Amino acid sequence: MCGIVGLHLRDPELYPQLGRLLETMLCQMGDRGPDSAGVAVYGDHRRVPVGHAAVSLLPGTISAGDLAQAVRNALPGAPEPVVTEAGVTTVVAAPVEAEVLLAAVRGSLPHATVIGFGTDLAVYKGIGHPRELAGTYDLTDAQGWQGLGHTRMATESAVTPQGCHPFSVGPDQCLVHNGSFANHATIRRELRAAGHVFDSENDSEVGARFVADRLAQGEDLEKALRLLCERFDGFYTLLVTSADGFAVVRDAIACKPAIIAETDRWVAMASEYRALAELPGVERARLYEPEPERVYAWTREGVTA
Amino acid sequence: MTATIEPETDPAVTVDLATVGVRELNAELHAPTSRHYEVRHPQGAHAVAAGVDIDLTVDIRGHVGYYAAGMNDGGVITVHGNAGTGVAENMMSGVVRVTGDASQSAGATAHGGLLVIEGSASMRCGISMKGVDIVVGRDIGPMSAFMAQAGRLVVCGDAGASLGDSIYEARIYVRGAVGSLGADCVEKEIRDEHLAELAELLAASGIDADPADFRRYGSARRLYHFTSGNDY
Repeated sequence: MCGIVGLHLRDPELYPQLGRLLETMLCQMGDRGPDSAGVAVYGDHRRVPVGHAAVSLLPGTISAGDLAQAVRNALPGAPEPVVTEAGVTTVVAAPVEAEVLLAAVRGSLPHATVIGFGTDLAVYKGIGHPRELAGTYDLTDAQGWQGLGHTRMATESAVTPQGCHPFSVGPDQCLVHNGSFANHATIRRELRAAGHVFDSENDSEVGARFVADRLAQGEDLEKALRLLCERFDGFYTLLVTSADGFAVVRDAIACKPAIIAETDRWVAMASEYRALAELPGVERARLYEPEPERVYAWTREGVTA
Repeated sequence: MTATIEPETDPAVTVDLATVGVRELNAELHAPTSRHYEVRHPQGAHAVAAGVDIDLTVDIRGHVGYYAAGMNDGGVITVHGNAGTGVAENMMSGVVRVTGDASQSAGATAHGGLLVIEGSASMRCGISMKGVDIVVGRDIGPMSAFMAQAGRLVVCGDAGASLGDSIYEARIYVRGAVGSLGADCVEKEIRDEHLAELAELLAASGIDADPADFRRYGSARRLYHFTSGNDY
């Protein structure tokens, strides 16, 4: 099974409520994926202050103090990093370029797994029930303009923090997946041959690396997802986000559920309506199910498809 | 059970799912103390009013999740909103009405009764239908009436791709465009008896449409038997 939720806010007045709304959505999908849950939040200045870049990571056994010291050592002269622990996830933010921070973290903490990086993004992963993890991530108090979450019922790879969605492998990008890819091993080999490094054996990570590869080549989310439909076999409902975008696509058979709701104040997507039932103004939302192999995409400026 | 009777404004027993669980609701409907129930705040919950087996009237105010009114056998159940996957799945008899849209697999494997969806139904509407009548006010999604065995499916709007794939029997009537026909599904002549049954189904559904505007589709019956040496 697995559950997906995503919320893209259009009305800045709702930004302080993003985490609370997303938590309600995520917990409604707890039955669909009780083994682990991950969340990504865009624009949470508690974790990623303005002018900072952030790297989210699974540091393993390193303490937060040692981690902060390692980042300080790797960035001599830079101001004090902002380090937030949330269960097995740690988010490190510093007022430097994202690539500089990423290189510093990778260089000084070679055994940590990077689970997200960018200038606007915090990613959280963990094992356990989504309701408890929402508390661990302090989702209630998160703010921002966009967020997504995934509740996992693992089917094809282990229940580990690394196997948890979202997969965030490009700057400010995230992908969550309900389904299973059939030809992921073939595509993983091709991407590895092209120089991509994988963090898990999870099929969904292959989808995320494929999308990141296309975005790095200058394509937009819509084009990248149309190419994914051509290249990947299997079952999928995907929600993919970027620094300014929010996109949904389903495979040709579309047996994994999805529902989209739109109002003037927000766009939301979830596996089931019950995840949307408490959103403000949902009773006046335009509700519809995305059609097979059609890419639905929004940007912060407006709808692009 | 915290059901309360509100005789002055509503003769029905009202069950508010904001305070009562679906299991309690369904237990009440399976051993009813009233003939008419009103269900509030379904909020997309699954299996609302599943397993009703006598002629109760149930009005559900709001959107429901998976398998609403599943296995209905005699109930007159109305969803005043949208329905999730598998509304009225395996219905035996009675009437299920959805005033909004229905998700996938509406009326799946249903043996009898009437399912009316006033809006649109998404993919696999009437999959493996076994005798139910389904009337849809607007469109249906791809792969509808897959392996349909008996019953009638009436679509007042358009049908998506692969309509009636591997259909055994069942009669399909579509007023609008058909995306494509599935394997062994063909257009068939509309005769007087078909116009008559369409008129009956539309009247029973309360949908105003002219039977003469519809086209009929059904099984070419070429897949009934394995053909040794066939090349498809």
